[in-house]
Amino acid sequence: MDLKQSFVELLRRAATDLSPDVENALKQAHDREEDGSPAKAVFRTILENVRLAREQSTPMCQDTGSLIFYIDLPVGEKEEYYINIIKEAAEEATKKQYLRPNAVNPITGKNSGNNVGINAPYFHFHQWDKGEVRVRLMLKGGGSENVGTQYKLPYGPVHAGRDLAGVRKVIIDAVYKAQGLGCAPGTLGIGIGGDRVTSYALSKEQFFRKLGDRNPDKEIAEFELSLKDDLNKLNIGPMGFGGKTTVLDVFVGYQHRHPATFYVAISYMCWAFRRKTMTIKNGEVYYD
Amino acid sequence: MIKLKVPISEQDIRKLKVGDEVLLSGTIVTARDQAHKLMIEEKPDFIREYLKESVIYHCGPIVKKNDDGSWSFVSAGPTTSIREEPYQADVICEYNVRGVIGKGGMREKTLEGLKKCGAVYFHAVGGAGTLIANSVKKVKTVFKLEEFGSPEAFWVIEVEDFPVIVTMDSHGNSLHEKILEQSGKTAEELIK
Ligand code: SF4
Repeated sequence: MDLKQSFVELLRRAATDLSPDVENALKQAHDREEDGSPAKAVFRTILENVRLAREQSTPMCQDTGSLIFYIDLPVGEKEEYYINIIKEAAEEATKKQYLRPNAVNPITGKNSGNNVGINAPYFHFHQWDKGEVRVRLMLKGGGSENVGTQYKLPYGPVHAGRDLAGVRKVIIDAVYKAQGLGCAPGTLGIGIGGDRVTSYALSKEQFFRKLGDRNPDKEIAEFELSLKDDLNKLNIGPMGFGGKTTVLDVFVGYQHRHPATFYVAISYMCWAFRRKTMTIKNGEVYYD
Repeated sequence: MIKLKVPISEQDIRKLKVGDEVLLSGTIVTARDQAHKLMIEEKPDFIREYLKESVIYHCGPIVKKNDDGSWSFVSAGPTTSIREEPYQADVICEYNVRGVIGKGGMREKTLEGLKKCGAVYFHAVGGAGTLIANSVKKVKTVFKLEEFGSPEAFWVIEVEDFPVIVTMDSHGNSLHEKILEQSGKTAEELIK
């Protein structure tokens, strides 16, 4: 097994091969729209694009995003080892045009040209009891990241208090403000509670759930479904052209908060919802 | 579905209205932040002939250099247009541009410019990078590649049947304004 090439392949798959759960949701959304509507035309174009990208092995979207890795390691494995190999793989995947160079130094304005820089790619490491390594990768586009936001409750403009009803109000507000700008239809990752940092972290991690997956907490599962219903009533539609699907799904997570704070982080994932998992077990590599 | 070929006359562009699906063919130019800034601050002439009665595409493509030295577009979806709002209307009128392709739509100043100088805003499907790259048949030339880098350069490209939808026309109509207003009302009711 050539580990570096396995990571290049992971990056290639993430950029060019949309996962079946997302593709199916887009197909269903296409079928729901009226014939001859701009919304239907958008879904038709998206689906055709997804098919071509897979066939030609080219990035479905030219913004191949920021590279965010979540890695679960068995006890005793070194983080440094994976960081180095993945950086080399990112460089090669950029050369092969699976990725656009997306790492810019904010001080000098210079693009590193290979997707490698300070905290680029970004790594989250966890240790676990299993004997295998799990690598989950998300490509997070800039346009959709820009419409993500964080609220501090209470939030006056929409009279949102410190309860689930308040959380619902700010989420509706955020999706209204996003319009089609995050390449709608989007999928929302919501993090309730925690501090400034952890609420965003929790919201992003939701994106590894499969579309249709519901929170094991029954109250939250119902909240997710009713939010999805409400948000689709906004009729913002794909690209903001109007239409029946504004969001593909809503994933909510929560964590304990400090008594004095109440944050709600909303991460927005565009229709090009790119994430893949790779498992390394007994010297073999498996992709989801 | 309307087929349009660049150069486009003012008369033809004024026939388009919000909601029209268009397949665009001919020579167009990519330009984003640095290019727009340059076109306003220095009004360079090298790009004039390519922009006349043509179309600007807000795009930062992935481009490949072929062994024979020519270029190919690998993935080339639209980028967010609103960043060019301060410049767009003036660029349209200065260079006699008939249309802008991008995503997310633009605001009043651009809408006024479209009306005044005879142009429309075409919305491409955000993220449809591969499909749009396939409609790019040829890269004719490139300007400011060294200075601005690949995503920001002026790429002069020949496209065939590039699928777009008119979301702002030359008569003051904007689909984006309409959806913003409608969804705002619904949001208010839901939040009540
Ligand atoms: S928001 Fe997503 S689909 Fe749209 S351009 Fe960015 S990465 Fe691509």
